[in-house]
Amino acid sequence: MIPHAENAHWLAAAVALFFGLILIAELIVGPEVFHRRKWRAYLFPSLVIVSSVGLWLITIFSTFSTMHLLAHSIWALAALVAGAVELALARGKIGRPAWSLVPAFALLVSGIAFLVHEQNPWLYSRSAFLHHAIGWMLVVVALFPLGRAVQPGRLVWRAGYALTVVLLAVLLFADRDAAPIFGRFGLGGP
Amino acid sequence: MSSEIATSIPSDRRRQGVERRPWRALAVQLLGPLTIVGGLVWAVAQPYRIVILDHEGRSLSLYDYLFQAPLLVVLVGLVFTFLVAPGLVDDLEAVKQRDSAR
Repeated sequence: MIPHAENAHWLAAAVALFFGLILIAELIVGPEVFHRRKWRAYLFPSLVIVSSVGLWLITIFSTFSTMHLLAHSIWALAALVAGAVELALARGKIGRPAWSLVPAFALLVSGIAFLVHEQNPWLYSRSAFLHHAIGWMLVVVALFPLGRAVQPGRLVWRAGYALTVVLLAVLLFADRDAAPIFGRFGLGGP
Repeated sequence: MSSEIATSIPSDRRRQGVERRPWRALAVQLLGPLTIVGGLVWAVAQPYRIVILDHEGRSLSLYDYLFQAPLLVVLVGLVFTFLVAPGLVDDLEAVKQRDSAR
């Protein structure tokens, strides 16, 4: 039995919210304190890789639409590559700030995949609206890891990244399979 | 100028760092509870998002019971509060003690 899309999106939102809390916590305590325990250093990369496995599973079930299948494959691949880079950073295998370009590229590609695979206009339904909103958000926030690669010491890039993940969670939690865009306030939708 | 006087500035900086840390511990401890409160407020504002409370006229699957959005928010808050935050606060304290011992 395959879950509805909204169920999968809410689960993804919960994972994104946890990601966001972890990133905000790291921002508050600083990397020195955060990485004092190894499991915490590996938590974020591991979650990204587990998420990519989840996205591959969704890809398998996305046979109803070629566009959805391709989009989920791209997200799964982007998450896998970004997770691998984060894991190598956590293990100390790589250390140059330029590696942050990989998550930046992954976010950019994910955003483009969101925009391309949503064929309906913004106001068609809440799902369409959120796909457009998330897609553009990911394209814009790819600037944060890009900024981290160029200016690794600046707090604004890490803070922006953390808050973006929380915003992504909020948008995913707002998803419904069939609903007007702003609920009982109407506007758009079937 | 003696070397003791010359090294006093970094020591002051360290003390300022220690004084700044209490709000950090508080902020980390508040993240989880605030998330839980957010989930509960959402559940009160939109009770129809919780199928246990509102399931009349709807055909529900197992996933509808497993993934109820406001409850997932509460769950995330609980996991963070009990699994992540205590260790971070302990480590903040450990770093604080290490710095003050220097």
